[in-house]
Amino acid sequence: MSLLNFFGRSRRSAPVARDRLQLLLAHERGLGGGEDLAAILQQEILAVIAKHIAIDSDRVVVKLDRGDQVSTLEIDIEMPETALSRT
Amino acid sequence: MSKVVVVTSGKGGVGKTTSSASLGAALAQAGQKVVVVDFDVGLRNLDLLMGAERRVVFDLVNVVQGDAKLAQALIRDKRIETLSLLPASQTRDKDALTEEGVGRVIDDLRESFDWVICDSPAGIEKGATLAMRYADLAVVVTNPEVSSVRDSDRIIGLLDSKTQRAESGERMEKQLLLTRYDPARAARGEMMSVEDVLEILAIPLLGIVSESPDILSASNVGCPVTLHNPGSPAAQAYSEAARRLLGDNVAVSIPREKQGFMSRLFGRKAVA
Repeated sequence: MSLLNFFGRSRRSAPVARDRLQLLLAHERGLGGGEDLAAILQQEILAVIAKHIAIDSDRVVVKLDRGDQVSTLEIDIEMPETALSRT
Repeated sequence: MSKVVVVTSGKGGVGKTTSSASLGAALAQAGQKVVVVDFDVGLRNLDLLMGAERRVVFDLVNVVQGDAKLAQALIRDKRIETLSLLPASQTRDKDALTEEGVGRVIDDLRESFDWVICDSPAGIEKGATLAMRYADLAVVVTNPEVSSVRDSDRIIGLLDSKTQRAESGERMEKQLLLTRYDPARAARGEMMSVEDVLEILAIPLLGIVSESPDILSASNVGCPVTLHNPGSPAAQAYSEAARRLLGDNVAVSIPREKQGFMSRLFGRKAVA
């Protein structure tokens, strides 16, 4: 590895900069001017659930993953044990 | 038809004020009537770069608030007759500027100048959004460095959403001015190339200004580089950019490394 370094490979940091930026900006542009879509979704989903079930805010997890081909929205709601055992 | 240009970047220290002064001077040298307006309330520096720091009496805030007439606040350049400066206030807060007030001043400036160049403060707060608010065209100043490119991308998003043009459904024209470029380092892969930055930001190129000692000497003496050292590569880059703003079809010269590998090798030997 030190030989490779010697021949200057480690100095080519510009492609790393370009790739990091492309990845980051693809994500940030999708957020529509900096608003955190995942956070907004989490709040609104939480508000809807809270109308019917008492639930902790940290029990609703919203994850937004942007990929080149496919993006996924993952919503994970952990129900309290008591929520469905009322009748 | 007068044109309002905002010189903006998001990130500080990339060369907005230097570029505002140099583009303004270059346009004026081409015979245009130009005013450069400093929007950096509280941290004004355009006056210093243009050598007018001791001539400031009234400023943008005074005019916006109606405490002074526009003609009282404008400072005419001593070297180029058609170049004027509207300084920012050094003591006031940027909240002293209002949207309507700035709009009125810009409208008045349109009456007497061909070009109104708005030097934006860094950041995305009120000062920066007011500087871009009434622009017809944005010059996005960017260094080939990750944080600068990211902030420019953010600013491009704001230009497309928060300006009067964007809000009325018109297209906001944006052009990239790449500054502090080092062709030798780009050639070695240590710095993002012009092509890299263009590909990421995806806006047309206005010009490339290489890293240059002439910029510092020009600011030291308070004279835009296009006047102080017109033959320097930096001055030529700004003059070319100004001609492009005027609609001339000048190809952007991409600075390349001056010496080849062999000559550098021999050059070094000669020194040693």
